Amino acid sequence: MRVGIVCPYTWDVPGGVQAHIRDLAEALIEDGHQVEVIAPAADDAPLPSYVTPAGRAVPVPYNGSVARLAFGFLSANRVRRWIREGRFDVLHVHEPFVPSLGVLACWAAKGPIVATFHASYPRSRALSVSAPVLQSAVEKITGRIAVSDAARKTLVEHMGGDAVLIPNGVTVSRYAEAEPLPGWDDGEVIGFLGRMDEPRKGLPVLLEAFALLAPERPQLRLLIAGPGDADEVMEKVPARFRDRVGLLGMVSEEDKVRAYHSVDVFCAPNLGGESFGIVLTEAMSAGAAILASDIPAFRRVLDDGQAGALFETGDAASLAREAAALLDDPARRAKLSDEARTAVWKYDWSTVARDVVRVYETVASTGVVEEDDRP
Amino acid sequence: MSTTLILVVGAIVVLTAVYVSWRAGRLDRLHIRLELARESLDAALVRRAAVCLELAASRILDPATSLVLAAAAHEARTAGPEEREHAESDLSRTLRAVLDQERFREKLAETAAGPELLEELDAAVAKVVYARRFYNNAVGVTRSAQRRWLARTLRLAGHTAYPDFFEIDDDPPSAMAAE
Repeated sequence: MRVGIVCPYTWDVPGGVQAHIRDLAEALIEDGHQVEVIAPAADDAPLPSYVTPAGRAVPVPYNGSVARLAFGFLSANRVRRWIREGRFDVLHVHEPFVPSLGVLACWAAKGPIVATFHASYPRSRALSVSAPVLQSAVEKITGRIAVSDAARKTLVEHMGGDAVLIPNGVTVSRYAEAEPLPGWDDGEVIGFLGRMDEPRKGLPVLLEAFALLAPERPQLRLLIAGPGDADEVMEKVPARFRDRVGLLGMVSEEDKVRAYHSVDVFCAPNLGGESFGIVLTEAMSAGAAILASDIPAFRRVLDDGQAGALFETGDAASLAREAAALLDDPARRAKLSDEARTAVWKYDWSTVARDVVRVYETVASTGVVEEDDRP
Repeated sequence: MSTTLILVVGAIVVLTAVYVSWRAGRLDRLHIRLELARESLDAALVRRAAVCLELAASRILDPATSLVLAAAAHEARTAGPEEREHAESDLSRTLRAVLDQERFREKLAETAAGPELLEELDAAVAKVVYARRFYNNAVGVTRSAQRRWLARTLRLAGHTAYPDFFEIDDDPPSAMAAE
């Protein structure tokens, strides 16, 4: 299929939507589809061959923060020409509520249009005011996708109607191989990744369990990666064990992968509120032996404990017991690691892209994308 | 004096005409979108029934399962407009009962034609879910546009009927659910 994807945010600034579009586009190309992306970017910016620049984005305050967006006649003309010359079977717009290329594309095209909604926010003034303006553009969208339940809820509240849920994917191969971090390749290591200061991520439960285990296991160390206040974390660890806790802070993408390969047991002690658990799928891709709280989302991702051990949510004693059992049983860890590597393929981008292609095929059976001449 | 009056009245008439034609144009576009969404939904339902019949006729399944599946698919294909939602829901339930059998997928995957049929069935089931969502969205927008005061008074919708939502049980078998 010929697919045209519209990115609303500047390509060369890292962000969730840009990463989503890059991974989707590459998975589709891998699958044999012809993909073109249009994104705000300067003409001389280094871009992958499938990206067409639509002009430089300007920082403007919108919906409570400053976003870099592309709009105006120049961008509108470039989008129109891109649609006319692209002869797409389906046009895939991302975040069409954002006043950037997405709205311009809906305006300039007619035919099968799919839109993906990423963001979730409470009722916003900007959207309530602009809803009537957006209406005619948004009414052209044939198929709507939300990446999370929260994004879907936002959409329903602001615009009514419904969307199909297709979550973000993980690029399994990117996590598969890596060297452990220096100094973390021996002993017994339990790992944690996530915001340290967000109670829902459950770090305090893990610290409490560590204090229970540390006296009996002199080899045991804790590897923690993620933003947050280091002193606040150390305060919760008994003074004599503090030298056995490593705090990496915010890590690069590369070090994150190495961290997953440095641990004997990867722990996800979240207390709830996680709709999917992207961290868990990354750890599974790396083949880590996982110990996670038994919240419904994790239970589902880990196939009811087949692809990772579960402990009672919020219960440090239960965590300590399960962690000790795993550390004492290398054979079981190896088995969990194998199961995890297999189970995670369900969440690989290739699988997610297949679902997106099904949406394309559903809407594209009724025509092709054309330029809309009507004002 | 009277020229000004004529000009003002003329301007009002023209503006009203432009506004009414714009509303009518929008309603027309919504009707086209609704029709296309309906076509997609019909295509997705027909496709699903066809794959079910193919699976039933493939000699991969045991005869009882084949029979159950073929009967449900046939009902769905031949149901009149009144019974269609019921028949399609029944097909969804039958598919769940068939595919959620213990080790069903593994056994099918071992046969020669099995993997391809499973893949086709997965796609057909997912597309019914997608197409129905998209159709019901189109119905919702069209209904609210048709209900507007201007559209009702001037009968902008013409002979187009007030559209109905298509309500069926289309939950996929658990082994197929995307998450």
